[in-house]
Amino acid sequence: MKRLLGALLLLAAQASAEIPEAERRSGYHDMSPSVQAMQDDDMANPAMLWVLDGEKFWNQRQGAANESCADCHGEAARMAGVAARYPAFATDANAPVNLDQRINLCRTEQQKAPAFEYESRELLSLNALVSMQSREQQIAPPSDPRLLPFTQAGAEAFNRRQGQLNLSCAQCHEDNRGRKLAGATIPQAHPTGYPIYRLEWQSLGSLQRRLRNCLIGMRAEPYAYGAPEYVALELYLMKRAAGMPFEAPGVRP
Amino acid sequence: MDQALTRRRFLARSGAGAAGAALVSLMPFAPAEAAPDDLARAIKEVVGSARLNTGKVTLDIAPLVENGNTVPMKVMVESPMTAKDHVKAIHVFNEKNPQPYVLNATLGPRAGRAAIATHIKLRESQKIVAVAEFSDGTFWTAGADVIVTIAACVEDLLQ
Amino acid sequence: MTNALIRLPRSVKKGEVFEVKTLIQHPMETGFRAGTNGTTIPRDIIEEMICTYNGVEIFRMKLSSAIAANPYVSFHTVATESGTLYFRWTGDNGFKVEETARITVA
Repeated sequence: MKRLLGALLLLAAQASAEIPEAERRSGYHDMSPSVQAMQDDDMANPAMLWVLDGEKFWNQRQGAANESCADCHGEAARMAGVAARYPAFATDANAPVNLDQRINLCRTEQQKAPAFEYESRELLSLNALVSMQSREQQIAPPSDPRLLPFTQAGAEAFNRRQGQLNLSCAQCHEDNRGRKLAGATIPQAHPTGYPIYRLEWQSLGSLQRRLRNCLIGMRAEPYAYGAPEYVALELYLMKRAAGMPFEAPGVRP
Repeated sequence: MDQALTRRRFLARSGAGAAGAALVSLMPFAPAEAAPDDLARAIKEVVGSARLNTGKVTLDIAPLVENGNTVPMKVMVESPMTAKDHVKAIHVFNEKNPQPYVLNATLGPRAGRAAIATHIKLRESQKIVAVAEFSDGTFWTAGADVIVTIAACVEDLLQ
Repeated sequence: MTNALIRLPRSVKKGEVFEVKTLIQHPMETGFRAGTNGTTIPRDIIEEMICTYNGVEIFRMKLSSAIAANPYVSFHTVATESGTLYFRWTGDNGFKVEETARITVA
């Protein structure tokens, strides 16, 4: 009997199925109307303070090359759709990179300037500005075959139990989606709004910072910012959310 | 030992761990807290010996908030906002933050409408009180009880 | 350089009441939080915000530690004539930010 129960539990753990397309929902819909209203109003959404900085940095000439983002890319509006398809495979890095890393590659390779630190005001601001241009667009991960092994690694990581609590991402965000963890509704973990202004942080932050919080919650050791493990997870999360509308910069509790 | 039971116990304990984490994340707010007496005293400082009437004031704040760090709040007061009859000030107080004061806004007939909005911090579940001071010397009030839950999977403080 | 955002309607009719929305970058450190070594992080807040309309004060607000980081404040005013709304935020550690916005009254 005990063994049977154990086997059933094991089955339950393995059976964590992907969320049917019709049931997918952004974490936005799990928030209270007053927090939704904060995201909807650009004057009440504190993330817009970072976007304002992003516009400034976009036009600033930087580095030994003395070039600005605008010198190559033109207006920020031309970045529409970019954030909705990142991470992507970067030939110059011979690896998949997320948007932060793409921005830093532009810094080091094109502008000949030192890379920004992860979660720095500069990097978050530029990311927020670029991401905002993809608002309302559908998440559209590239079908680049070079990404496949990395996306697969991300899928495996998502379903792998880890940490002292021995939990997988899927156990919370698929098996128990919509239920409560303490007072909070467990969202489906779709990265629709990053970078987000998280009320908990009282600041803007990246998807990697949020993943770090999840790992800490599972009592697992977080990776260093920029680690390939995070990028693989990001790739899988974007694939999982393909077709959902992008809503950056979002507000989340 | 029963595998399933062990696991259940462990999850129960981890639930307690999550509650502990919530407490830790609340801690940074303060060792001190404003007692209900402080709230009454702070209101008394504004109102003095005048009567505090219920009505005319609408305090718009969600009854249940997911995070106390940023809580949207609106205060609207019924008033013609004329030179003769207007709201001079709107005061907002809280019951259980370290201090009872939230804000004090000075208005006049130039406002046209006595309505303000802001985002406030709530250390824990508590009562919020708005008081409007009218040009004729009367005071009107409204209160609201807010339950503050806490976000899941917060980060460690030491970073 | 501190960021501040102000939103007014593009144009308003004389006598019309309009909403003024403001957002400013500031940590609003309460003065009640303990830092990593257990010592209290000193208070660093915006204490006051004022707004004048063509030189006449129309709104003033005292802020406390209970105002959220990156303060958002909205209020109303009557459109009297075209001109300038001036905003000033002052606070701990000599914090002072000034900003202006134009209003066109038709």
